[in-house]
Amino acid sequence: MSELNKTGAPAADKVREALREFGLPRLIIAAFLLLMFIIAPFTGTNLLSQITNVINRFSWNAVLVLAMVPMVHSGCGLNFGLPVGIIAGLLGATLSIEWGFSGPLSFLMAMLIATPFAIVFGLAYGWLLNKIKGGEMMIATYVGFSVVSFFCMMWLVLPYKKPDMAWGFEGTGLRTTFPIDKYYGGVLSNFLRIQIGKLVIPTGALLFFALLAFLIWAFLHTKTGTAMTAVGSNPVFARAAGIDVDKIRMLSVVMSTWLAAIGILVYEQGFGFVQLYNAPFNMALPAVSAILIGGATANKASITNVVIGTILFQGIVTMTPTVMNGLINLDISEVLRMVVSNGMILYALTRKTEATR
Amino acid sequence: MSNQAPLLELRNIKKDFFGNQVLEDINLTLREGEVLGLVGENGAGKSTLMKILFGMNEIRETGGYGGDILLGGEKVSFATPFEALEHGIGMVHQEFSLIPGFAATENILLNREPQKKSVLSEVFGERLNTLDRRAMGERAEKAIDKMGVHIDSDMIISDMPVGHKQFTEIARELSKEQLRLLILDEPTAVLTEQEAEALLESIRGMSARGIAVIFITHRLQEILNVCDTVAVMRDGRMVQSVPAKETNVQEITRWMVGRSVNTAQEDARPVPETRTILSIERLWVDMPGEIVRDVNLDVREGEILGIGGLAGQGKLGIPNGIMGLYDAGGKVTFDGQPIPLNSPRKCLDANLAFVSEDRRGVGLLLDESLEWNISFPAMQNQNKFLKPVLGGLVKWRDDAAIREVTQKYIEELQIRCTSSRQKAKELSGGNQQKVCLAKAFALNPKFLFVSEPTRGIDVGAKALVLKALKKFNRENGVTIVMISSELEELRQICDRIAIVSGGRIAGIRPATDSSEDFGALMVSQVV
Repeated sequence: MSELNKTGAPAADKVREALREFGLPRLIIAAFLLLMFIIAPFTGTNLLSQITNVINRFSWNAVLVLAMVPMVHSGCGLNFGLPVGIIAGLLGATLSIEWGFSGPLSFLMAMLIATPFAIVFGLAYGWLLNKIKGGEMMIATYVGFSVVSFFCMMWLVLPYKKPDMAWGFEGTGLRTTFPIDKYYGGVLSNFLRIQIGKLVIPTGALLFFALLAFLIWAFLHTKTGTAMTAVGSNPVFARAAGIDVDKIRMLSVVMSTWLAAIGILVYEQGFGFVQLYNAPFNMALPAVSAILIGGATANKASITNVVIGTILFQGIVTMTPTVMNGLINLDISEVLRMVVSNGMILYALTRKTEATR
Repeated sequence: MSNQAPLLELRNIKKDFFGNQVLEDINLTLREGEVLGLVGENGAGKSTLMKILFGMNEIRETGGYGGDILLGGEKVSFATPFEALEHGIGMVHQEFSLIPGFAATENILLNREPQKKSVLSEVFGERLNTLDRRAMGERAEKAIDKMGVHIDSDMIISDMPVGHKQFTEIARELSKEQLRLLILDEPTAVLTEQEAEALLESIRGMSARGIAVIFITHRLQEILNVCDTVAVMRDGRMVQSVPAKETNVQEITRWMVGRSVNTAQEDARPVPETRTILSIERLWVDMPGEIVRDVNLDVREGEILGIGGLAGQGKLGIPNGIMGLYDAGGKVTFDGQPIPLNSPRKCLDANLAFVSEDRRGVGLLLDESLEWNISFPAMQNQNKFLKPVLGGLVKWRDDAAIREVTQKYIEELQIRCTSSRQKAKELSGGNQQKVCLAKAFALNPKFLFVSEPTRGIDVGAKALVLKALKKFNRENGVTIVMISSELEELRQICDRIAIVSGGRIAGIRPATDSSEDFGALMVSQVV
């Protein structure tokens, strides 16, 4: 029966359909990025080191972008409360160092210590989001702000003593930024690192992302994962089908929060520094816009969206400044980053209503 | 305007929605000061007719209407409700269109307030005129007097009892000087008995002032009390139009539900005399617009029980309450086991299934494939369509099994789609309904609630859906409770039909009983 009903669409329609699916903004950004790669050699920048740069930044950021996926699937919207998870990660990082772990072990311990924090924070955050269904994204933003501000005080007050992290002259309170080369700096990036001339590939970090991405993908294929997608697609349907909607949403928030905690650790090991205080503020928006550039909407996101989005977003923010500098000796990287990330978020939010109800 | 010509004359009014004929050859005349009672089952075409008369947008958007409307002997055709208002037609809707935070006076004269000029308005134009509060008060009082029921013109709408809100709306229409014809669409549905009586009194008063009234209601006795003429609509036709004095409630009921051909099922079987499988005691359900007050009902194993009744009487609340979608209380026993209310999961675990009347809101994952829609509840509640991977460590969706079962139902129910992966939102209403049925069938339930399965779908799909339900009942022995506003449809497939009226079961009869009997039950306890 269905075989008979199949109609062959003409090739032109298919192309048009594919373009529509891909979305105009993404097309423009992809074209722009391609243009940058083409221009780069003429401005005296080394193309290979630029590509290395893009891959590196991808490996730092991809897990944070991946942290968007569970909440988007359960209909909690884009996780503007990413800082909640990041704080959990930072607690893991600082405690692991404080308690004297070093080398690769400190990374493992940081993940382990961060996990209970992420779960507890995630449960509280999820409970809150269940109270304010429909306004998740706005509330999430403020939850992020509050948590970061609260921990600005905590970093000073908590009795950290390790000289590598504490303020030098007082001996207490954590510094805003401190290097971690003695601890887990580069622990993933340098694992199985491939270097061909100027092209460097941080294999370990990429593999680690691949592993997490695979786990999420696999989870979405399980019964609970399927329920999560259904909850995001139509919560009333899910409830009528016997799903405990609040519980599923809670689970998604905990997963997102945990991924954010792991994500910040991955970011730090690549970047080589731990940044405290206001730094988590600046992590949510780039991650949100990356997944949106990747083609996700406020209630649909896939691993492909994460990969494509992170490459495009990080490509733009790394390539543009160097190329622009070479061309006109003017650094507009920060401005451009702002325009792209906020513009993308605006664009996606205006399209939010497209989901059928 | 000639004095001989009737105030309003409708000639051969026709209307179809995309080929679906909803009104045919409607003829109607109305003299000045005449009160016409318009009755008919839900879907008989009353509202559509009034919308045509009032020039509502949706009529024009769906291709206009056929026939002529004559007002005072002149042919008119209203493009917007504003034109209708200008010609002296007023309408009071079922839903209140009042501003809650404004006083009655302000609502009555909204956008037609008497104004005073000021220095500012002389300079900057009319928009800066101030309101003439005193004149407003006088005009509002006058309108309220005209109505004959007293309400406080200074009271804020949100502080008013429901009845006074309704009266405020009527006063608003009456405050229009040019008003010649007032349409009241079920104005008494929300009123208490005394308020309703007051309203009827005010209708008599308007009539005495020469204003014609078209009065739509389900309460037939009111019609007899106040109307000069009763017009009965059925299936888009005007079947009767007689002076109210010459008829009675029983006769009107018969006209409302009676069919020219008896469509009762040919293969009717004797009502099964089996044990009670589902027993409902003192059920209440808080479903907005469909409140269930006190339902006691026993369903026999293997039967198809129909639940009928007029809209808003609570028939939809019964399945929605039992299946845990709305707050409910009371005692429900299934197969000897008590069913906890307010928990969809427990009902599904007990092998009950539900096809909701709200296809798009509750019934479907519009953005997902047919495969997901059909397999989802069975997967979540019965662990079907899962396969072990990594030696049983985790279980994944078994996409192949899901596709297979979806294919099976696509063929069985003749779902028109491009493939089983098509998104549910892309299907037509009838096919979406079939997907909802397939979803319930895939659960292999022992007991199935089907709510309004044919609402808004075309005739062909309707027949198919009913046939599929009957087959499911006969071949799998599944007990089915079907809720529908269409009595004839219930009579086609049910063994027994329970009629809900006023949130209670008004009576249960074998489906072979005459339509008139059911009709009488429908209006027996209307609130």
